[in-house]
Amino acid sequence: MGKQAIERIVEKYGSDHADVLEMLIDIQEKEHYLSRETLQYLSERLAVPLTRLYHMATFYEALSLKRRGRHQIHVCMGTACHVRGAARILEQLERCLSIKSGEVTPDLQFGLATVNCVGTCALGPVVSVDGEYHGHMSASKVERMLKRYSETEANGVAVCQK
Amino acid sequence: MSKINSVGELAELRAAILDQRDAGRPCITTCLGTGCHAYDSQEVYNAFAGEIHSRDLADKVDLRGSGCHGFCEQGPIVVLSPGEICYCHVQPEDAAEIITETVLKNEVIERLLYRDPVTGRRFEREGEIPFYKHQDRLILGQNRLLDPKNIEDYLALGGYKALAGALAEMTPEDVLEEVKKANLRGRGGGGFPAGIKWETARRAPEKEKYVIVNADEGDPGAYMDRSLLEGNPHLILEGLLIGAYAIGAAEGYLYARQEYPLAVENFTLAVQQAEEYGLLGSDILGTGFAFSVKIKRGAGAFVSGESSALMAAIEGLVGEPRPKHINTAISGLWGKPSNLNNVETWANVPLIIERGAAWFKRIGNERNSGTKIFSLVGKINNTGLVEVPMGTPLRKIIEDIGGGIPGGKKFKAVQTGGPSGGCIPEQYLDTPVDFDCLEELGAMMGSGGMIVMDEDNCIVDVAKYFMHFLKDESCGKCSSCREGTTRMYEILDAITRGEGREGDLELLEELAWVMKNASLCALGSTAANPVLSTLRYFREEYAAHIQEKRCPAKVCPALIRYSIDPEICDGCGRCRRSCPEKAITGELNTPLVIDGALCSRCGICREVCHLEAIVVE
Amino acid sequence: MVHLVIDGKGFQAEEGQNVLEVALENGIEIPHLCYHEQLSPYGGCRLCLVEITRGARTFLSTSCTYPCLEGLVVRTDTPDVLRARRLVLELLMPLAPEAPRLQALARQMGVTETRFASDEEVDDCIRCGLCIRACAELVGAEAITFSGRGERRKVEPPFGEEALNCIGCGACVFLCPTGCLHMEDQDGVRTLDKWKRTLSLKACASCGRRYLPFAQIEFARQKGEDPPAEGWFEFCPDCR
Repeated sequence: MGKQAIERIVEKYGSDHADVLEMLIDIQEKEHYLSRETLQYLSERLAVPLTRLYHMATFYEALSLKRRGRHQIHVCMGTACHVRGAARILEQLERCLSIKSGEVTPDLQFGLATVNCVGTCALGPVVSVDGEYHGHMSASKVERMLKRYSETEANGVAVCQK
Repeated sequence: MSKINSVGELAELRAAILDQRDAGRPCITTCLGTGCHAYDSQEVYNAFAGEIHSRDLADKVDLRGSGCHGFCEQGPIVVLSPGEICYCHVQPEDAAEIITETVLKNEVIERLLYRDPVTGRRFEREGEIPFYKHQDRLILGQNRLLDPKNIEDYLALGGYKALAGALAEMTPEDVLEEVKKANLRGRGGGGFPAGIKWETARRAPEKEKYVIVNADEGDPGAYMDRSLLEGNPHLILEGLLIGAYAIGAAEGYLYARQEYPLAVENFTLAVQQAEEYGLLGSDILGTGFAFSVKIKRGAGAFVSGESSALMAAIEGLVGEPRPKHINTAISGLWGKPSNLNNVETWANVPLIIERGAAWFKRIGNERNSGTKIFSLVGKINNTGLVEVPMGTPLRKIIEDIGGGIPGGKKFKAVQTGGPSGGCIPEQYLDTPVDFDCLEELGAMMGSGGMIVMDEDNCIVDVAKYFMHFLKDESCGKCSSCREGTTRMYEILDAITRGEGREGDLELLEELAWVMKNASLCALGSTAANPVLSTLRYFREEYAAHIQEKRCPAKVCPALIRYSIDPEICDGCGRCRRSCPEKAITGELNTPLVIDGALCSRCGICREVCHLEAIVVE
Repeated sequence: MVHLVIDGKGFQAEEGQNVLEVALENGIEIPHLCYHEQLSPYGGCRLCLVEITRGARTFLSTSCTYPCLEGLVVRTDTPDVLRARRLVLELLMPLAPEAPRLQALARQMGVTETRFASDEEVDDCIRCGLCIRACAELVGAEAITFSGRGERRKVEPPFGEEALNCIGCGACVFLCPTGCLHMEDQDGVRTLDKWKRTLSLKACASCGRRYLPFAQIEFARQKGEDPPAEGWFEFCPDCR
């Protein structure tokens, strides 16, 4: 992210170092990750130690130092989803995308992560893709859902090839 | 909008709003809460808007997009007033028919009515539906009546009347007394009396004080705070304002999960509107009371919902708990007296002030006043948010409101209180649900998650699930919690893999003891509860895993085997096509076979089989 | 001044002092790994647990984080205290199975073995955070931090790469209770392996031994800390 873009975010929060987490969330939303340059810039700009920013970036589930996929898939692992079989859905996604939770496909198309309850428990099990909720999921529906987001037909076939 | 300068002007504005509105005019309310939204309720709303526009009905029919009604299972939900006709699973293409038949001709559309899954009976009015009928929706019930993005809807319902009354007619001490008398107990977990906490903060010598809304609703399986913030943000704000007045705080914070974008959006908008209307700022309603609110988001860390961690996060530090031998009400945010309550607690405040502590005390039981919202989820027919007076028996919630267990399955346990809570078995279903009774059972009220499990759920698997959650969400600062949760998870994992050993259960209990007594914060000291409560009521199920290498609920993959019943299988090939491991072989139209060596027990074959030919042993 | 009772004996303490500090000052031994009198109390290792009675409540708490309050009654050797400490130590031992200080504590406390296995890769770090606090509070360099959370929590420089703020003072190495940090001077270069840091050393004007990282001198200068005497950094401690 360019300095100007970061600067706009910093100013939105009045350059207040107490709002640094807000800034990190905004940057993460725009860039899908936090680059080293971003953290270094914020550290100097706000006089917050880089060590603290690094700790924050690794502490919070929603922040990431690695690029996330263009389509970010979140499998809800809340209790309501768990008792309705969320683990099997996660396994099927891992199998289909050939990545583990927390990883990204080599073409950066899909990123896969778990989230500990998105608070849509009535729809469980829930998978959200790019913030769109897919309720009452099942392992057998995973392939169809992925194809909806797949950017190319070829990729759609590549998905779930195993 | 020009600022409201006095309590009198607020009353005038309310009268003017009501004057403009025709209470008798038909209104179509579409739920736009997150649950219904996931079922595309926005498109339903748009379809209504399109119909109203194209048929030129704008001055005859009102259309409202509301927050969550609670009956998420049946979404998208549409309620038509007058008459409170409730339609379920409404699709955009139903909009024209609903307007033609129900709105204009008063004809009920049978197929859209709620149908009881057990009796098959249909119900016309919202209040007749068993799910709603047995509830007492003092707080949640307001959601349906307003558009959360429109402050005038809130004002029309009497919003900010309690605040005005408090500012004009009560001293801060009066407000404090009223909340204390009401015995409002914190809805976020521990059930500590809010009034006593407020009083401690008020009496603390430091002049600068803070009030905080804890909206970091992290308990998995609980989403009532989300629905309240999304559906009625002004109610929370009004509660916070009243609390700030009583405590003597000029600044407040809302700390909400970043995973709840609509809640953050609606609350942010509510704050802006309140500022415009002069309900926030330097001289609120001309009374000299000054108060402002800031919104902070969490970034996905359960432990940050712990009060000292949450305050650290607001300060811009990593959201880790700190030792709090000095109460945060005395030394909290930036070392100043800080009062933190969760969303639902704040939501109760305007009601108490407007209707009085005596009224509030009449709801619930002796030591637990008021209502509590539960999220009734898991293996239950009527999934959704449920609000009942405290002390309501569990059985009433699960059977009468929840409509029992789907698919004729047998009830096994209900988990309450999230990762700090416990599992309650069948024999205690007649227990009244309140802070004290649940704790006696080894469970907890927590923030109100109620996850129902049936005979197909493995209790060891559930205990392992919670321990996995906790070892993941522990901040890792103190060794008893970090290492304790990790070791407990390892033991539980081994048990579910058939590698459990004699003595494992005793070791789990030893670890539970040290975590309870040695941990820095409540996450660690309560982390063993899900294991302890399941050991208390389901010890034989653990024993079956350890001694017989058997999972009675047929859940734990290492202890089960999938096969196909050749008597039932018609060889349709659905399972063969879907099996990700290519473990199913055989000729089409003849019974197929699962190769146990390749099978990963993912269960997809069972999901896609149209004959129930897949056998799990 | 406040009055408190530790193991039946009365003591006076400054308000704000923690219980561990007062106990240690008065010769009452309480095992601890993450506490150091010059650093802010942290409450991470949980070994210094004691039983506290405050008003009507009796409970276990870490003595390093508990403030001395008027009328506090502290017991350092109840069966529960000893049991909890032993279990905590058992949980810590697999993290640094070879560390002499942990083994000595185990002997003292009668822990013969731990029932928990070590991971395949052991880094000998018990996450006590002494190194981090020393670096931030004593030195002011803030070169290292915790990262991650839960079982993934560990100590590292930002991005897990060379600790660019590290001045090679070695305070962290000195304080580490398990000996998991190493500092080595060779051929005029100081290496702190865990921080992936190498620093060039200044030579003593007298004996020629290269003894002090240039970075440390520069750091002192930038902080405006005057050396005790003119030309102080020109000579090694032996030649001063």
